[in-house]
Amino acid sequence: MHIIEDGNAAAALGVKLCRANVIAAYPITPQTPLTEKLSEYVESGEMKAEYIPVESEHSAMAVCIAASSAGARAFTATSANGLLYMHEQVQWAAGARLPIVMCVVNRAVGAPWNVWNDQQDSISQRDTGWIQMYCADHQQIIDSVIKAFWLAEKVSIPIMVCYDGFLLSHTFMPFDLPDQEKVDAFLPPFRPAYALNPDEPASLNTVTLPDVRIDVHGELAHGYMEIRYLLQEELRASLAVAAEADKRFTEIFGRGGDPYIEPYRCDDADHIAVGLGSLTYQLRVSVDALRKEGIKVGVMGIRFYRPFPDEAIANALKGKKGVIVFEKALSYGYEGALASDLKSALYEHLAGTGRLPLVQNFIAGIGGREIRTDDLTQTLRAATQSRIAKEPTWIGLKL
Amino acid sequence: MGTRNYKRKTSHSENGPGDGGRTGSWRVERPILDKSLCIPCKRNKEACFICWLFCPEIVISRTIPPKIDLEYCKGCGICAEECPTKAIIMVDEAEFSKEDKE
Ligand code: SF4
Ligand code: SF4
Repeated sequence: MHIIEDGNAAAALGVKLCRANVIAAYPITPQTPLTEKLSEYVESGEMKAEYIPVESEHSAMAVCIAASSAGARAFTATSANGLLYMHEQVQWAAGARLPIVMCVVNRAVGAPWNVWNDQQDSISQRDTGWIQMYCADHQQIIDSVIKAFWLAEKVSIPIMVCYDGFLLSHTFMPFDLPDQEKVDAFLPPFRPAYALNPDEPASLNTVTLPDVRIDVHGELAHGYMEIRYLLQEELRASLAVAAEADKRFTEIFGRGGDPYIEPYRCDDADHIAVGLGSLTYQLRVSVDALRKEGIKVGVMGIRFYRPFPDEAIANALKGKKGVIVFEKALSYGYEGALASDLKSALYEHLAGTGRLPLVQNFIAGIGGREIRTDDLTQTLRAATQSRIAKEPTWIGLKL
Repeated sequence: MGTRNYKRKTSHSENGPGDGGRTGSWRVERPILDKSLCIPCKRNKEACFICWLFCPEIVISRTIPPKIDLEYCKGCGICAEECPTKAIIMVDEAEFSKEDKE
């Protein structure tokens, strides 16, 4: 059934369809309407879940960790400084291998205070051991939430579903609302490998010594290093499981395709613009305009940022002259994190070929600064003609 | 030898002594039980067992008298602190090493 709703409603409907058992969240702009919707569903009995209001984001994640450890399907959502406040528990959830799903409604981080969109919040959580998915429209938001629960539970790794604050969270768009029966067919109830059980008492994630140890049964058990290695190993392996999720999803819902990247007019392009989230759909307008001028350019949205689909990206960029990375975040003191990751992937997979595309990095829309499509078009046109700058260039800056 | 085939991906400690290693070697003070003060011993009935309940290493038995496994007792003194009749006192380990030498 097609409906017209805002992005936060798309996320809330996805969580409802997935029959989450526990929702714990603290409201923060622009995430607030998402959690309000969920609390309404629970209040009205439309959704059979425990909604636990908390006093902070740190507690929201702590509740999700406890709920997930007890075998519940747990969900939370946050933005910006709320996510930063949650950071310690975010790392914990990944180390504890709990399949929590969290929507991050992307917003700039303070200081100075700012409620508008950029992606500094989720990018700053890149190294926490979570899977990160980025959405470009409302269909992707609801579909990603559904896929995220399946994937998270399959690999025992938590997932952030990120989408742009206001640009997606508060705008209305038509999208297909999946049928409950189909979602049930796609996503079976959560069956954890271990759930807290009074008959089998255990302490979880207790202090783990630098070296391996002998457990109470006399078996050789992991030390800290083995546990962290397994997280990395299974995060890398989760790329293949994400492809499986996408395949199953496509079979049931008739939508899907490339799970990692979303190329647009890339096949014959010489230059490819790359980005995360709704910006990549805006870039399609610029690409169409430049194509009319005869400039062979395309755009590639990255759906999965962690684990980084380095091989798929390098294959898609093989033989291209230039890669133009647009980012709404920055690794302060260097360049956009995505640009660094892309260069690393290109070097890893194409260094031997002697044909490394030139990577240029542009920073846009920081703190909600309006990104004018004309500015994107001009920047893209110029970047396909010559190298603009070694340092990342800020678009729309008024210094 | 590695832990590749270990059944868990996380740190998971089950009830029982030894999950944190041979914690008996940590001990500087040893808990000593005075049966004349211990409630279950005096009544010869299952009772109290607060020491059993509180011991973080789970090394006190729920028996008459309660027995302490010194292989893993880490000497934290929680049992002595919690015992309502002060039936457990903590004694410096040096006293016992003297005994052992004699
Ligand atoms: S001192 Fe008492 S509470 Fe502490 S480990 Fe030993 S027996 Fe247990
Ligand atoms: S707490 Fe004290 S009185 Fe109670 S069983 Fe233990 S030693 Fe005896």
